[in-house]
Formats: sequence, C-alpha cells, structure tokens
Amino acid sequence: MARKIRVLVAKPGLDGHDRGARVIARGLRDAGMEVVYTGLHQTPEQIVEAAIQEDVDVVGLSILSGAHMTLFPRIYDLLKENGAEDIMVMGGGTIPEADVKALIEGGWAAQIFTPGATLESIVDWINTNVNLN
Amino acid sequence: MLQVSKLLEGDKRTAAKMITLIENDGEGKQQLLSEIYPHTGRAHVIGVTGSPGAGKSSLTDELIKRARGDNRKVGVIAVDPTSPISGGALLGDRIRMQEHALDKGVFIRSMGTRGSLGGLARATRDVVKVLDAYGCEIIIVETVGVGQSELDIMHYADTTLVVLTPGAGDHIQTIKAGIMEIADIFVINKCDLGNTKKMMIDIAQMLDMSPRFDGRWRPPVAETSVKNNTGIEELWSLIGQHLEYTQKSGELDQSVRNRLSMEVVEMAEEEVRRLLWEQFNKNGSMDDLLDKLAQREADPYNEARKLVQNFICQIPNGKEL
Ligand code: B12
Ligand SMILES: Nc1nc2c(ncn2[C@@H]2O[C@H](COP(=O)(O)OP(=O)(O)OP(=O)(O)O)[C@@H](O)[C@H]2O)c(=O)[nH]1
Ligand SMILES: [Mg+2]
Repeated sequence: MARKIRVLVAKPGLDGHDRGARVIARGLRDAGMEVVYTGLHQTPEQIVEAAIQEDVDVVGLSILSGAHMTLFPRIYDLLKENGAEDIMVMGGGTIPEADVKALIEGGWAAQIFTPGATLESIVDWINTNVNLN
Repeated sequence: MLQVSKLLEGDKRTAAKMITLIENDGEGKQQLLSEIYPHTGRAHVIGVTGSPGAGKSSLTDELIKRARGDNRKVGVIAVDPTSPISGGALLGDRIRMQEHALDKGVFIRSMGTRGSLGGLARATRDVVKVLDAYGCEIIIVETVGVGQSELDIMHYADTTLVVLTPGAGDHIQTIKAGIMEIADIFVINKCDLGNTKKMMIDIAQMLDMSPRFDGRWRPPVAETSVKNNTGIEELWSLIGQHLEYTQKSGELDQSVRNRLSMEVVEMAEEEVRRLLWEQFNKNGSMDDLLDKLAQREADPYNEARKLVQNFICQIPNGKEL
C-alpha cells in the first residue's frame, strides 16, 4: 500500500476565519492526501499533541488574526520540545510579506501562502517538499 | 528503530509511528505485530457505528470523559471514508474530541478507509493491538457513517453501539437490516430533537421477533442527547453491564476465539493468494495459456485445479514456505 501524505490543518487562537482552512483541507484531500482537521480555536499545545498522535508529515496553520508572529514560533518550539521537529510547519492567511519573510528566514515556517495563492501551487509545494520515507 | 519496549512504556511517538508503519504495510510490520501480540488482549473494545451525522464522534467524546472519570486510559480510532477517486480523505471526527488532546491518558488516531469496504480501515484490527499494548484499557472504534454492508465492526468490538436518531424512526423496518442485527446496545441520540417513542416501539418489536435473545443479552436502548447532556451516564453503565454479562456468560471468550480463528485464516489466505499469484506468473508459458483460454482451447476450471495441484506439489513435506 502506498504511503500517503498526512496533513494536519489547524486554526490556532481565537481566529474565527475558517473558510480558507476548509478550502485547503478539501483541496488537499482531492489531491490524494489524508487531512486531519481539528476545527477552530485550538491552542498551540493541542495542535502539537494532535500532530504527534496523528503522526502527520505536515502541520498547516491557517492564521487570519494577525497573531502569526507569536503562533508560528510557539508551535515550532513545542514540536521541538516534544522531539517532533521532523514534522514540517507551514501555513497561510493574511500575513504581510515582511512577516512571511521573517518567519521563513527564522526557520519557524517552511512556507507561507497568502490570499490568492492557488490550490495547485500549494499542492505542488507540499508534494515537492514532503519527503515520504 | 521502533522499539516495542518503548511502546509498552507508553511512549506516544512510538505508538503513533508504529500505527503509520502498519497502515502503510511498511517493512517489518509482521515482525512488529508478532512482538506486540503477547502484550495485547487486555483492552475492552467498544465499537460505535450508525448513520452519517448521528452523533458518533460526539458520543465518543462523552465516553472518553466517562472512562477518564474512572481513571482508565483510553484509545480512540476514528475512521472516515477515503475518496475512491482521489485516494485522499478528510478526517474530521477529531474535531469533537479535541478537548482531550492534552490529556496524557487519551490517544486519538484518525484513519482513512483506504479502499476497504467494511466501514473500517484494513489496518484497524492491528491498530487496536498497538493501542492495547500501549496501555489503553478502553479502545473506542468509530466507524464511517454506515449504509448497509459496513458490518466489520462486529468482528472487532467486544461491545457494539448502533447510534440512531429520532428522525430515522419512520422507516426503521426497512433500513439497514444488517446494522440492526449487530447492536449490543442501541443508542437513540439527539433526543432533544424529536420524540423517540415510535422508534423505541419499533426496536422493541424487532427484537421481539428474533428468537436469538431468549435467555441471553437483549440489546437495551439508551436515549441520549449530547447537546443537553442527558442519558450518557445510563449509556456508560449499560456498556459496563454488557461487558460483565459477556464475561460471565462466556460469550466474550467465545467471540475472542472466533475472532482469532478468523484472523489466522484470513492472514493465511492472504499469504496463499500471494504465493498462488507468484506461481501463476512465474509459469513461463502464461501467455500461451492465456491465449488458449481466450481461444476457448482451455478452460479456467481445469486450469485452476492444475494450478492448485502444482502449487501443492511444490511444497515438499515439512519444508518451510
Ligand atoms: C470573509 C471574512 C470574514 C468572515 C469570516 C467567515 C468565515 N467563517 O471564514 C466574517 C464576516 C465572519 C469575518 C469576521 C471578522 N473579520 Co474578517 N475577513 C474576511 C475576508 C473578507 C475574507 C477571508 C476569506 O474567507 N477569504 C477566502 C479564503 C479562501 O482565503 P484565505 O483564508 O486568505 O486563504 C487563502 C490563503 O490565505 C491561503 N491559506 C489560508 N489558510 C491556509 C492554511 C494552509 C495550511 C495553507 C497552505 C494555505 C492557507 O490559501 C488560501 C487560498 O489562497 C478577509 C479579508 C481578506 N481579503 O482576506 C477579512 C479579514 C481576515 N477579517 C478581518 C477582521 C479584522 C475581522 C473581524 C475582527 C472584524 C470585526 N471587527 O468584527 C472579525 C473577526 C472574526 C473572528 N472571530 O475571528 C481582517 C483581519 C486583519 C488582521 N489580520 O489583522 C481582514 C484581513 C480584513 C481587513 N483587511 O481588515 N471576516
Ligand atoms: N441537537 C443535537 N445535535 C447533536 C447531538 N449530538 C451530536 N449533535 C450534532 O450533530 C452533528 C454531527 O455530530 P457528529 O458527532 O460529528 O456525528 P457523527 O456521527 O460522528 O458524524 P460522521 O462521523 O460524519 O458520520 C454535529 O453538528 C453535532 O454537534 C445531540 O444530542 N443533539
Ligand atoms: Mg464522526
């Protein structure tokens, strides 16, 4: 049986914008991935626990609240504390370009997609960057 | 790299990675499972099945709470359908259980069916074993929202809950004959939404018509509302009573034995099938044979017999396969 890419799509914090997360979750499913969706209002701790139990390859955060500069690093650090830094963190949302750059350069996020990004580009990026073995 | 000793110590990451390996039919799976096997057989496995949206995940969440209240370690396997077209799956059951994510005594794993048709994933049975060895005393298996034929859960669970809703009452006789027969306990959930009386009567009549329950466990009906938090204590207590009954009557032992014989034969079947294909394909003149079959110069009935005969002759007495 072929290995499938497993992705956790998560909405951290009080952010109630879930349209993007749902679009992404469905899009990744239609691209053949197994997508765990944990719903709104998740704490970083809950997200990291779910990522470990579900043994996902990727955590995809959807953040439209403006809190990305604290949430991305927090989740990355928690994964590391749990010895799970091999799980890749990426995401999307309304994140200014300068912050995208800072998060990626700081190593907190592997990649970030902002409004208007096509599903195709996101699927391609995940397929290219997740190392299945 | 994956150590059974770590699993037995309750290492979460090891459990999660073992499940992935088993799901993917990865290298070393058989070896791993046979090492795990001696440490299994302790958990009480509760199956939760029923129509899509009936409240299976919400009830599972409530059951986790009750089990934790009794200080029991809980594992959950939540199965959702894999799309036959894309091969992907949206695993959403966990949304209703996330409040337990930080509880060290709870391990929740979502799985796609990956082409299996019985309402569970093919690996479910083996994943139950991992969680059992990991130390879960109660393992809850939520099936996909079932139709007619997704009855596999009865072969895996010690206690099977069939979840219905009041709205389905009008046509209970016609729906899901199979599903109705696998219940150890019926749950009418969403009681807050409608009158359950008609459905209670329908279920009672159906049970009255069946002679199988004479002097044995007759599936009781729990009326619950997750929304209003009613009936769940009663359901939890019925689950305990069912376990006790099956233990005392010897039915639990019997069904464990049935399950084990199925498991051995199914695995042997799989292996024999693989070897038969190997033998069939290895036969150099296969193309010729297929030509002959297509031209109606040979027939599949005799060829099948020959294949089996050759296959058996090739196994020298006592030699290992
Ligand atoms: C629709 C909308 C709402 C709806 C949300 C409905 C819902 N259930 O989602 C409603 C009306 C409820 C709403 C409310 C509010 N909103 Co509003 N909302 C929007 C709006 C117009 C569009 C968002 C949207 O759904 N886009 C469509 C989806 C598909 O796009 P997306 O989420 O961006 O996703 C894309 C990418 O970002 C990326 N992506 C996103 N997530 C992920 C995840 C992964 C893993 C990946 C790979 C990619 C990815 O891929 C997607 C495809 O391209 C935006 C403005 C905008 N242009 O974005 C404001 C916006 C997000 N809202 C805003 C605000 C301020 C609010 C409110 C606080 C307003 C208020 N004062 O009440 C409330 C807060 C609600 C809450 N509880 O959080 C601000 C946020 C500002 C900020 N970041 O600092 C925005 C940016 C508007 C603005 N310019 O001020 N909002
Ligand atoms: N009114 C009411 N709604 C409920 C009750 N239990 C669950 N729900 C709601 O019913 C919807 C489906 O609940 P789930 O628990 O996801 O149902 P499910 O059977 O697991 O669904 P699938 O896994 O998709 O088949 C959710 O919106 C729940 O909030 C209840 O007792 N009363
Ligand atoms: Mg469910």
